[in-house]
Amino acid sequence: MSGYFSLSLKEALKAAKEDGATPVLTSVRERTAALNPKLNAFLRFDAQRSACEEGARGGLFGVPLAVKDNICIDGWETTCASKILQGHVPPYDATVVEKIKKAGGVIFAQANMDEFAFGSSSETSAYGPVRNPWDLERVPGGSSGGSAAAVAGDLAFAALGSDTGGSVRQPAAFCGVVGLKPTYGCVSRYGLIAFGSSFDQIGPITKTVEDAAILMNVLAGHDPKDSTSAKVPVPDYTKSLKRDVRGLKIGLPEEFFIEGLDPEIEKSVRAAADIYKKLGAEIRTVSLPHTQYSVAVYYIVAVAEASSNLGRYDGVRFGRRVPGGDLRDLYFQTRSEGFGAEAKRRILLGTFVLSAGYYDAYYRQGQKVRTLIRADFQKAFNEVDLILGPTTPTAAFKIGEKLTDPLAMYLSDIFTIPANLAGVPAISVPCGFTAGNLPIGLQLMGRPFEESALLQAAYALEQELQIYKKKPRL
Amino acid sequence: MSFEIEKIAELARLNLKPEEKSKLQKDLGAILSYVEQLKGLNTEGVETTSHVLNLENVFRPDEVHESHVRDKALKYAPQSEAAFFKVPKVVDREA
Amino acid sequence: MTISEFETVIGLEVHCQLDTHSKLFCSCPTTFGAEANRNTCPVCLGWPGSLPVLNEQALRFAVKTGLALNCEIAERLKFDRKNYFYPDLPKAYQISQYDMPVNKNGFLMIEFRRPDGSFEEKRIGITRAHLEEDAGKLLHDGIKDGTLADYNRAGIPLLEIVSEPDLRSPEEAYAYLSALKAVLEYLEVSDCNMEEGSLRCDANVSIRPRGQEKFGTRTEIKNLNSFKAVQKAIEYEVKRQAQVVLAGERIVQETRLWNDDKGQTFVMRSKEEAHDYRYFPEPDLVPFTLSRQTVEEICQTLPELPAARAKRLIQDFGLSPYDAVVLVQEKKLAAYFETCVKEKISAKLASNWIQSELLALLNLKKIPIEESPVGPAALAGLVRLIENNTISGKIAKDVLPEMFETGKSAEAIVKEKGLVQLTDTKLIEKAVLKAIAANPKVVEDFKAGKQQAIGFLVGQVMKETKGKANPQLVNEILKKKLEVRCWKKKRSTPSKH
Repeated sequence: MSGYFSLSLKEALKAAKEDGATPVLTSVRERTAALNPKLNAFLRFDAQRSACEEGARGGLFGVPLAVKDNICIDGWETTCASKILQGHVPPYDATVVEKIKKAGGVIFAQANMDEFAFGSSSETSAYGPVRNPWDLERVPGGSSGGSAAAVAGDLAFAALGSDTGGSVRQPAAFCGVVGLKPTYGCVSRYGLIAFGSSFDQIGPITKTVEDAAILMNVLAGHDPKDSTSAKVPVPDYTKSLKRDVRGLKIGLPEEFFIEGLDPEIEKSVRAAADIYKKLGAEIRTVSLPHTQYSVAVYYIVAVAEASSNLGRYDGVRFGRRVPGGDLRDLYFQTRSEGFGAEAKRRILLGTFVLSAGYYDAYYRQGQKVRTLIRADFQKAFNEVDLILGPTTPTAAFKIGEKLTDPLAMYLSDIFTIPANLAGVPAISVPCGFTAGNLPIGLQLMGRPFEESALLQAAYALEQELQIYKKKPRL
Repeated sequence: MSFEIEKIAELARLNLKPEEKSKLQKDLGAILSYVEQLKGLNTEGVETTSHVLNLENVFRPDEVHESHVRDKALKYAPQSEAAFFKVPKVVDREA
Repeated sequence: MTISEFETVIGLEVHCQLDTHSKLFCSCPTTFGAEANRNTCPVCLGWPGSLPVLNEQALRFAVKTGLALNCEIAERLKFDRKNYFYPDLPKAYQISQYDMPVNKNGFLMIEFRRPDGSFEEKRIGITRAHLEEDAGKLLHDGIKDGTLADYNRAGIPLLEIVSEPDLRSPEEAYAYLSALKAVLEYLEVSDCNMEEGSLRCDANVSIRPRGQEKFGTRTEIKNLNSFKAVQKAIEYEVKRQAQVVLAGERIVQETRLWNDDKGQTFVMRSKEEAHDYRYFPEPDLVPFTLSRQTVEEICQTLPELPAARAKRLIQDFGLSPYDAVVLVQEKKLAAYFETCVKEKISAKLASNWIQSELLALLNLKKIPIEESPVGPAALAGLVRLIENNTISGKIAKDVLPEMFETGKSAEAIVKEKGLVQLTDTKLIEKAVLKAIAANPKVVEDFKAGKQQAIGFLVGQVMKETKGKANPQLVNEILKKKLEVRCWKKKRSTPSKH
């Protein structure tokens, strides 16, 4: 028996309108209560505070959503899955939260994640790892693993994640759901607890492409509180949901089809390319020559920004403070006890590459190579409209498998990082399963602010494959 | 490239236990070796990217809008006294 | 070697709070003296997730100042993060400007008195003047087991103005600060109030043997709370450094705090760790471009600056350069003077009276010039009476306080109190002869060569005329009469043969 919880966002909106918001919310709340202990997708969900104002009307009326625990909600403890932010209660709403509330959406849960978004598996959370609904022994991906697992497990109709190097797309691929990283500047970062300021974007994680379009209509748009927010008009993304890809030029980058790419994934992705061809798109090969340097650039530049962004976690004004001792102790003890291993790793790395004597060789060089990578995309988009490839080199790996080898973990982001480096929009959409019944994700990347083209192409494939109808057995 | 972990940890305000230190030294050494590959790239004449959007001149007008967050902010502060945030005694200071 | 063989080299770093309504990166008010943490928001509290947005007026003020300081105004400028940990720094980084500041390579002309009393004009280079945000305030004194943090000040726009190490004496340093403060006041970009902290100064001081080109090791001096303190601290530090060098030791590059009570600088107690600020471009702020058109438009809004005003006063009113510089130091003082001389009185006299008598009275009663009970026209009235000899300068010194207290005009007071100067030579002569007759001994002394004896006689004449006699005339007539007496005496000496 499936209650409202298995509906898509679109269907739930209709149900909330017809049957009222309460039964819809109750259905999801009950499922969460039953399944969250298994998945650990949510850090907090508060029954009392989730009640929707029955009067409020808007594009998201009455639909319960989850928000990654690095997005500030006024009056709600927000921890980034870290100990150092235990007891941190923001005194303001992130812009996206304001927008959701205004549209009548009900934020009822805060999703678990890798600590401070540092990770690709949601294992570095200080509050326990998240489990993949398709195989509880496996990771859901990260860092928005809680958001993806919740959507895949029908604990929420949709969720917000954040994507700095793939943290929306990779978990979406591992969990068999849709994940969109908007163009940098498309969605406001105000209220998103920063990791890599010139990379971060908040993005929707949904069951279907249409759901993503619906959410994007609410989230996108210029925010005067964010200096890096683009002043580009927001189209109605739902209007791009046509099954028409005729004439669309789609490029497959040769650098993405390399050794290390799981053969099952390659097969599935190439099959999807064939479908596009069948539907009338033009498939060609393109080159993104500097792809191999992407991970290196990311782990210099993004991590440098992160080390600076995390300086404010010192126990002075918010979060957890280790008491006793003098001022020096305040800083050292609070930070040493508050941050997990991956956070410390990145803080040290970031501090190092910015430090005197190393800035030019590492940080500055990294910024220059970033320019080269951006140029790769600009050149490729002169030839094609969309770039297609696998989202991840492997399907979901086992919990604990890559935790001890940071570099191996980092390399799993090889296909997603380039979009963040270039600032271009990218979407992961399910395109198949492995023999072991693990989801496979296809990634499409587009020109800046052409999310509509992404959604259109993703929609066409989705409607052909109808994978979203398959659910994990929970 | 030498990675003086103590110096960096000091800069980052982190105390590292001995076992942490050795693991970090190893991990960071591996990561730095990996990112070193960038050094071989010829980037002469290439501009640095600090921003991926070609945005310039984003301003706010010089207008006052009170935000009234003080009480909310102080409510959950680790330590506060009256309307102030409190920290351990600062030893060296000017005026 | 002695201390006089050393040359002093000084560079000053001035932080000036810009007088915008809202903070640099958020819309919080910038009002001084607000209740603790009242003027805060997520942005200036450095709350996770908050983001900065630049105040356009702050940039305008910065450009305006750069123009007034003859700087190159950047066509492209950006902000950078300066990373360090301190409880008054909410984000653990200060948003500042590192390699692409808004203003650089400027200069300021200063005037100061050399030790020999002569007047020197000098050009002091300005390396840069850039925008950055202020930090919060920490309260230490009287706080039990801790320090309190107030972030009202965090995020207030600052212009950091760095001079080239062109200053060569504490007096020059003082003159530089006065000149800089005057410029900022005229531009109306800052309150320039050192007591309220809207103007702060750190000094970099070093010495080197005269003739040596290479700079000596410098120390940085902080906790300077007035221009006088800057001057005194530099004087002390130069002596200290000279003593160190003369003792054969090296100067340590360090930060020292000035203790005004003790009149000494002390090394900061904590270990001076080399600051690695790890500057990198601020990713949360986009770059800024200033078209030459915008700069030109801002240039058009510049008011007449102190230097130009001083030149004009010298030209139009024949004031000495020194007097002109003193008057223009404060915009309102110069305005008072200019209004005063509209009444067509002696500019020199007006300048003297304003600088000495009027300011003395105002300072005593702690009244600012713009609230002076004696307005410029009223003061002109007093000066006119002196100019046309109606009263003496000495009498005028008593009239001014009366004008202060009563608000009456000079003419009215002089009339009321019958202070009109006695200039009738016949009457003065009468009094002079009386004084001479009454004091033969003094007259003898004067004849014997004691020139100063005449002073006593002048006093007697003044007493006789109830102070009203014109002192100049008294002197003239007295001298004449004494010579006559001498002559007469000569003539009456009986000849021996």
